[in-house]
Amino acid sequence: MAEVREERVVAAVPETPFGERSRLVEGVRAYGLIVAMWLRSTMAYRASFVMTAVGNFVATGFDFVTIMLMFAHVDVLGGFTLQEVALLYGASATAFGLSDLVLGSMDRLGRRVRDGTLDTLLVRPVPVLAQVAADRFALRRLGRITQGLLVLGYALLALDIAWTPLKVVMLPLMVLSGAAIFGAVFVVGAAFQFYAQDASEVQNAFTYGGTTLLQYPPSVFAKDLVRGVTFVVPLAFVSWLPALYVLGRDYPLDLPRWVAFLPPLVAVGCWVIAGLAWRTGLRAYRSTGS
Amino acid sequence: MDDMDFIELDGVEKVFDVRRRTGFMRRERREVRAVDGISFRVPRGEMVGYIGPNGAGKSTTIKMLTGILTPSGGRLRVAGIDPSRERTKLAHRIGVVFGQRTTLWWDLPLRDSYRLMHRMYRIPDSRFRENLDRCVELLDLGPLLEVPVRQLSLGQRMRGDIAAALLHDPEVLYLDEPTIGLDVVSKAKVRGFLRDLNAERSTTVLLTTHDLTDIEQLCKRVMVIDHGRLVYDGALAGLHEVGESERTLVVDLERELPPIELGSEPSVRVVKVEGPRQWLAFPAAASAAPLVARIAADYPLVDLSVREPDIESVIARMYVSDSAH
Amino acid sequence: MRLYAVVAAGGFRRYATYRVATVAGVFTNTVFGFIMAYTYIALWDERPHLGGYDMSQALTYVWLGQALLMTCAMMGGGFEDELMERIRTGDIAVDLYRPADLQLWWLAGDLGRAAFHLLGRGIVPMVLGALAFDLALPGSPWTWLAFLVSVALGVVVSFGVRFLVALSAFWLMDGAGAMQIAWLAGLFFSGMLLPLNLFPGVLGDVARALPWSSLLQVPADVFLGTYEGWDLAGAYAFQAGWALALLLAGRLLQSVATRRVVVQGG
Repeated sequence: MAEVREERVVAAVPETPFGERSRLVEGVRAYGLIVAMWLRSTMAYRASFVMTAVGNFVATGFDFVTIMLMFAHVDVLGGFTLQEVALLYGASATAFGLSDLVLGSMDRLGRRVRDGTLDTLLVRPVPVLAQVAADRFALRRLGRITQGLLVLGYALLALDIAWTPLKVVMLPLMVLSGAAIFGAVFVVGAAFQFYAQDASEVQNAFTYGGTTLLQYPPSVFAKDLVRGVTFVVPLAFVSWLPALYVLGRDYPLDLPRWVAFLPPLVAVGCWVIAGLAWRTGLRAYRSTGS
Repeated sequence: MDDMDFIELDGVEKVFDVRRRTGFMRRERREVRAVDGISFRVPRGEMVGYIGPNGAGKSTTIKMLTGILTPSGGRLRVAGIDPSRERTKLAHRIGVVFGQRTTLWWDLPLRDSYRLMHRMYRIPDSRFRENLDRCVELLDLGPLLEVPVRQLSLGQRMRGDIAAALLHDPEVLYLDEPTIGLDVVSKAKVRGFLRDLNAERSTTVLLTTHDLTDIEQLCKRVMVIDHGRLVYDGALAGLHEVGESERTLVVDLERELPPIELGSEPSVRVVKVEGPRQWLAFPAAASAAPLVARIAADYPLVDLSVREPDIESVIARMYVSDSAH
Repeated sequence: MRLYAVVAAGGFRRYATYRVATVAGVFTNTVFGFIMAYTYIALWDERPHLGGYDMSQALTYVWLGQALLMTCAMMGGGFEDELMERIRTGDIAVDLYRPADLQLWWLAGDLGRAAFHLLGRGIVPMVLGALAFDLALPGSPWTWLAFLVSVALGVVVSFGVRFLVALSAFWLMDGAGAMQIAWLAGLFFSGMLLPLNLFPGVLGDVARALPWSSLLQVPADVFLGTYEGWDLAGAYAFQAGWALALLLAGRLLQSVATRRVVVQGG
């Protein structure tokens, strides 16, 4: 048995204390392992997967069909054309779709707390956040991303944009930072469920509600609402500000031009807050057990 | 840490704030001391039963030992590690089986769960194969590996869970009600497996249970917890003495008769009469033989059986005698 | 009958216990109500009297949608998750031996749930909407009553659809996926995203003829006073017709599925 023990120490227990960096690496690795397992099982039922992914694509597309139906009656909405709205829509839907694919399972946390299965995650040697996020990874959510990208593509083809290198860079920057901002919202929402297990719906107001809001031009909404999603829950940085920059349109609230380049910083800020919220929530769970 | 103090608890406490709704908007706050100053040591390689009535604090203790819950007070070490502070480091060295809920992935075949454990715990390939083969053989998991966990029976799932907890060669195994709801065959298989595990690999085992037979067959040492306090720590036999527990002699007479009287035996009393059948309580430590002989001499005896005290009643009696001091 | 009344009361109580969930849901309904109200204002600013609604009727439509979203379970969230789970785990076999009709049992529970959601999730968003915007509320108590009847029929239609989708779990591996598609389709064809009378041409005709229009479009039009006299009877007949057809289809599918369970030996 001595041999075995020695081997275990070398192979299984990293001797260095877990710093922030290695925790992150550990988390990403565990996330990848769990996702890979779900992918394997999804692929075992390929027909079922194709059907639900196509269904997800069509069903999430109803949002854009609604906008097209609106434009069957009007030429402009809040001063924006269909093609311009399509850019806003495509950017927001793609960013949200990405975060939904990666972290969409987080809203099950409340249920896990209630039925006690969160405990089984706490006895494993990998970060709980990674385990919760990867649980039941649903590849069918690619449907929403595909749909968002198609609308984005349509907007870019249909619009006559005076392209500059900065505007070109802005497109991927916008989608990725936007996904990160939405992702942070998912994590904060999940952290909130440590305290209110039945409140997963509040999260929907910010995630699904947020993406719905961002699909329309800011000129449609009341100033206070726009202020709220700029300064309090910074969803305006997901797509509104960068997309308005690309379109060369005026910003709401007389914001300066350079704010369009803030999304990466805003995303980092959101994740710092999300990380703190998650830690606080998990600590509270571990001291109250409920 | 030396091997004698493999698991150490010194005055460990866990206090919960319970909020209860008493009116439409009014709430009442109450402090519940789920674990109220528990101290014990478990040496490496020992198998210990941890028992007590529902809500006594068993699960809370296990949750603190695994690092799920942070203690409110006291000192706690497992293999020299503070579980709540270094939870993920400890996770490599412990195995946990929750009888009520599975650690396996519900919708996926058993094999997928094991494959994931393999990577997640970074188990060397050869060790993993060896451990899995051994568990599959001893726990009869072969035909179940490709079956989604949700389709397994409770006994099958429990065996699957025990295997999952052991793939990474844990030094300690915590079992929370490992035989609850299992049929006799599954229980026997699980117990046999645990005994071998402890003997061959000297894995330290701490198990909570409602089934006294689990303890009798597996553990030399038993700890009893009630109202968050350790009320007994010692051999199982001693538990009966401390608890002043009673066994029950069930006697079937030829016909209905008044309650049996054995004037010279004040510690024996009739607790129930139902037609020709009578129940007599007598001290667990006493032998049943002389009692049976006396009854057979004075009464028309047809049949008889002796019932062992169940764990709940032992503890209940112990608690009564404890608070009487 | 008494049994089903008890089941319905149970359905009501069950949802009533989740106070936090109710508050959270009301919050979400209200947020969505505001977002949609502003987009409708932009739309009706451009085209007053679009679809025959004036601005305040259009806004009323938005808040009715939020009030009925849960009641008519346009996004699911009723019994179907549980029923599918029971089918998936095989517990359904136990239900089939109950001395109660499977379909009526679940229908009764769902009616109880809907009653709670109408009170718990419907009233507050409607009141908040009325405080923030100028809504067209009916003056006559008869209109309110007519509206409630239409909502009740809508709930039964919604149940009929969801029962069919839930039973699909007997044949489909990924029942959750089918459910998601069903509710997203329901969201669109009920008129939740946009009133069906704004749907152009054939799409509009088809959408108004599909069962989902019973969930929101029809009750909303009753509320807004579009139907009177025989028109109202016609609207009810439309809803009741779909309710009946879907319930019968559900029974048919149920008996096919039951035979399957019995053949498999549970």
